[in-house]
Amino acid sequence: MANKSLVSITDYSKEKILQILNKAAEFEKNPNQPLLQGKVVATLFFEPSTRTRLSFETAVNRLGGRVIGFSDASTTSGTKGETLKDTIIMVSNYADLIVMRNPIEGAARYAAEVAKVPIINAGDGANQHPTQTMLDLYSIKKTQGKLENLKICMVGDLKYGRTIHSLIMAMSHFNPTFTFIAPDELKLPEEYKMFCKENNIAFTEHDELTEEAISDADILYMTRVQKERFTDLYEYEKVKDVYTLRNKLLENTKPNMRILHPLPRVNEIDYDVDNNEKAYYFEQARNGVFARQAIICDLLGL
Amino acid sequence: MEKGRKELKVAALKNGTVIDHIPSEKLFKVISILGLENCSTQVTFGYNLDSKRIGKKAIVKVADKYLSQEEVNKIAFLAPKAKINIIKGYEVTEKMELELPDTFIGVLKCKNPKCITNNEPMQTKFHTIDKEKAIFKCHYCERISESENIEIIR
Ligand SMILES: [Zn+2]
Repeated sequence: MANKSLVSITDYSKEKILQILNKAAEFEKNPNQPLLQGKVVATLFFEPSTRTRLSFETAVNRLGGRVIGFSDASTTSGTKGETLKDTIIMVSNYADLIVMRNPIEGAARYAAEVAKVPIINAGDGANQHPTQTMLDLYSIKKTQGKLENLKICMVGDLKYGRTIHSLIMAMSHFNPTFTFIAPDELKLPEEYKMFCKENNIAFTEHDELTEEAISDADILYMTRVQKERFTDLYEYEKVKDVYTLRNKLLENTKPNMRILHPLPRVNEIDYDVDNNEKAYYFEQARNGVFARQAIICDLLGL
Repeated sequence: MEKGRKELKVAALKNGTVIDHIPSEKLFKVISILGLENCSTQVTFGYNLDSKRIGKKAIVKVADKYLSQEEVNKIAFLAPKAKINIIKGYEVTEKMELELPDTFIGVLKCKNPKCITNNEPMQTKFHTIDKEKAIFKCHYCERISESENIEIIR
């Protein structure tokens, strides 16, 4: 059952990415457009993610559509033993489009195969979260005026961070240079380094967040260093402060440099950075609504 | 002379299939995926035979059995350097070089416990992303693995 869906960022070509970003810019200029009038969008959150759900529901509401769904797996049929397939087919009868968050990896790809309506993957475990990547790209383009030839510095959990992996794939269309800064235990997996080499993308690796390492960056992409990821808690204690971004570290960065973070943050960005004009993470979250409006309309052919 | 004596170690076959150049450690898996323990025709196999190409090799000869494409794919996955000969009237009528197929549907099991294929009654699907190095990607959870980290579903 072939269907237009957005499961993984690699489902989008370079042209498609640019087309969606242009559409998102139009929604930023004029967010309230009744394109979804008379349409129903289901938001199925098999695990809670208030931030992502509110962003999607805002996007639908600003487009004049209606939302049905659930935000807590304990209220859903899955706990009664119903298969994902049955749930998706059932909801397909009610909604014109399904937004799904599911902790099971590959759930969105499978849902897209069985659903009669488009699926948007709003996160499937450690696997994919393509709308996050689209809002990251939108934020990069908006702050830098372009996507081509940028220096992107990624910091923190580069091993498990799916937003990092997807952003590497998506940026590969635009001739980037990467700097990867991560503690030993959370280094970028070999397969992504291979991907960079195969695509002639230059990168350097560092194990410390220093002034020098970030001095030529156009984008500083921070991620959370989570305690749970460490097998050795001594290691965590050692790195947790080294990976905190503070204002004084930013003194010699480029004027156009902007700091992105997928949020929520814990302690990897100090609160003293929030008032720095280079801090962009809250606007970045706001951009998510426009990117999602563009993605929804594209999937529905509007 | 030496060569002639070696060949006597495995009985000649009138009609059937010979699978040669199986790495010895893969022999019992090959027997298992072909279901040879339930086979009613004659099966002979050699184990730990010397091979210039792969060190210690194994060979399986199955009388009156010809492999399905799915079985050939499974052997390609397990032992990509194996050679399959079809025998008719004591003669080799066909030699098959193995090649990994682009996709495996319902053949391989994903080892990621959080993968949808391990949480839903459904078929698995893998893509061969590097035929030389034998590297595969789960169509659903998108994990990339080498063949050592993937099992065959029987
Ligand atoms: Zn899988």
